[in-house]
Amino acid sequence: MTWFLDHLALVGSLLLVHAWLAVVPLLLGLIIAIPLGWLAERNRVLRPILVVGTGLLYTIPSLALFILMPLVLGTGILDPLNVIIALTVYTVALLVRTVVDGLSAVPETVRQAAIAMGIGGARRFFTVELPLAVPVISSGLRVAAVSNVSIVSIAALLGIAQLGSLFTDGFARDFLDPIVVGIVACLVLSVVLDALIIGVTRVLTPWVAARSAA
Amino acid sequence: MKTIRTLAVGAAAAFALTACASTNPMASPSTSASKSSTIVVGSANFPESELLADIYAGALKAKGVTVTTKVNIGTRETYVPALKNGEINVIPEYTGAFALYLNKAAVVTDGATSLASLKAALPETLIALDPSKAEDKDSVAVTAATAAQYNLKSIGDLAPVASQLVLGGPPEWATRANGVQGLKTVYGLTFKEFKPLDTAGPLTVTALKNGQVQAANLFTTDPSIKASGFVVLDDPKNLFGAQNVIPVVTKSLATPTVTAALNAVSVKLDTDSLATLVTKVVVDKQDASKVADEWLKAQGLA
Amino acid sequence: MNLVWAWLADPAHWQGTGGIPARIAEHLLYSALVLVLAAAVAVPLGLWIGHTGRGRVVVVNVVNGMRSVPTLGLLYVSVLVLAPRLRGDWAFLTPAIIVLFLLAMPPILAGAYAGVAEVDPGVRDAARGMGMSGLEVLWGVEIPCALPLIFSGLRSATLQVIATATVAASVSVGGLGRFLIDGLAARDYGQMAGGALLIGLVALAVDGVFALVQRVAVSPGLRPARPLKTHEAIPAS
Repeated sequence: MTWFLDHLALVGSLLLVHAWLAVVPLLLGLIIAIPLGWLAERNRVLRPILVVGTGLLYTIPSLALFILMPLVLGTGILDPLNVIIALTVYTVALLVRTVVDGLSAVPETVRQAAIAMGIGGARRFFTVELPLAVPVISSGLRVAAVSNVSIVSIAALLGIAQLGSLFTDGFARDFLDPIVVGIVACLVLSVVLDALIIGVTRVLTPWVAARSAA
Repeated sequence: MKTIRTLAVGAAAAFALTACASTNPMASPSTSASKSSTIVVGSANFPESELLADIYAGALKAKGVTVTTKVNIGTRETYVPALKNGEINVIPEYTGAFALYLNKAAVVTDGATSLASLKAALPETLIALDPSKAEDKDSVAVTAATAAQYNLKSIGDLAPVASQLVLGGPPEWATRANGVQGLKTVYGLTFKEFKPLDTAGPLTVTALKNGQVQAANLFTTDPSIKASGFVVLDDPKNLFGAQNVIPVVTKSLATPTVTAALNAVSVKLDTDSLATLVTKVVVDKQDASKVADEWLKAQGLA
Repeated sequence: MNLVWAWLADPAHWQGTGGIPARIAEHLLYSALVLVLAAAVAVPLGLWIGHTGRGRVVVVNVVNGMRSVPTLGLLYVSVLVLAPRLRGDWAFLTPAIIVLFLLAMPPILAGAYAGVAEVDPGVRDAARGMGMSGLEVLWGVEIPCALPLIFSGLRSATLQVIATATVAASVSVGGLGRFLIDGLAARDYGQMAGGALLIGLVALAVDGVFALVQRVAVSPGLRPARPLKTHEAIPAS
């Protein structure tokens, strides 16, 4: 506890970087996964390829992905971009299936009703299908958020500073305090991100609360 | 593979956009050394290296140089490429070990030859400044019990029993000229097994104590040697050579101010003071940055 | 890519205690140990919670909490605390196994719980109506019906453990993670990428075996099973 109080500024700055490294891939992943999921949901041939293919990305250990990124991207080995892009890959891997699940869960009757009302193509997707898929997508996003927070810390093995640096520093000196503080800070970050996603989901899906209240 | 690449490129583009639009809290300095007036001090993945990086950074700051640190990057094999491509500009090094890394045939028997070998082997873009008197050598250490059991004083004494013993060290020791290979070629030692541990950290100490390994690589400044009663074996054939702490710097950034500030550190640093500082960090659990600042102030360097 | 093939094709990398076959065997052994232990605890617990409906909230929260704990930090704490108290090779292996065990628990628990909880209440009532006791309902009806989801949970945990066992190599444990950690230390890209490829292949092969076992074990009447939803599965780290 005293260690934590003595190092508030350090923990705070590492926490900020950690949050940045976890959240940016989450948003990028979401932006990429929605069109991919839309494609997979509509196309019978692409669906298994995209869902299984992106799922396979998960069998790549994160450490390997971090290390190999510079070879693929031509970035420097200490570039935080390696972490951001590796985590974006994971987020996409997780969210494509969720987006497909979410879009598939939109009742056919709703879709037909929208078509009957003359709402076509892109407009139907953005105003009817995607909003109705939000609860399922949001559940996947929550898992991705928590998993990103955990995976970011592994980048400390490569000298990219964030909360995981407290783990490597504490370990090298046989000193539990920084490690425990780092774990707690990760947990706090996970909880905050989770609450944020839940909050945004509520705002985006007012009918869910209305229905459960009724 | 192709999908990964496509995704990655897309993500990179998207990141570039967001990075332009918002202020980046990472505030990471430019990844290339070009025209960047900020000097990035890096460190290896063990506490002494981190401490030395903090000392160098503090000394530079005191002379008005803009500095950031990137500590705990990894092994020499990892940070040297970063040093070469300008992601970091200053690194605390050890004369003999770095010379052997750059040239496996380097002669490192004493301080002068080590320094000469290092300077000869260093890439054009880097410059080694003045070495300090402080020496921290790699060593082969055993427990007092093992030393007594086999009557071990120097590394060569291991020859008759090595085939029954497990050697421990950092993973990179498996391939290093001054690691497993050197023990074989210089001392004729072939151990039963090499067990990859950590860089003379808690894994190594624990593995020695509980008998997972009987001999292990420790640094001579390591406070655990005294604390745990380990015996450091003599190195009469100079496998580990002379390993004086030395700042290695990107040549294009080694201005007179930078050079003077770092050389002033080398003048003040000796083995005993280095060991004392390491003990403060590793045993007393003080922050490396704080220990570095206090020492710099006490020496009149900050 | 050439680096990877060069590394894989070198016969020296296929021999001895540090060779590829030996590392695969270690990796499979540790993973199997972890999964058997985790399944032995999580499956009965999940079934019991699903069957009785008791302790649901507590378990869901504990499981979600466990998912948020960063693996690397937990591994380091457990090594620093436990290793000095253990002798021999178990000193580093035990903490690693405990951490992987905690990682494997959530998906298995979620699968077993969801499997039983989602059994059609009509089916359960019918079994009761036929005079089956609570245990008979569990054994004869709920578990067979829950098998697809139990398997989903197990497979998800397996993939995660196989991918994450990699990190254990950073505390000197064997397995395929050695190629990543040793490759990282020596900056040997071929070794690192080769190791990553092998881990992926092992994960796929093991998942394939599970798929076959599932085919045999699950009643044909229950196919096709719904896959574990994304928010029930969890990714590796």
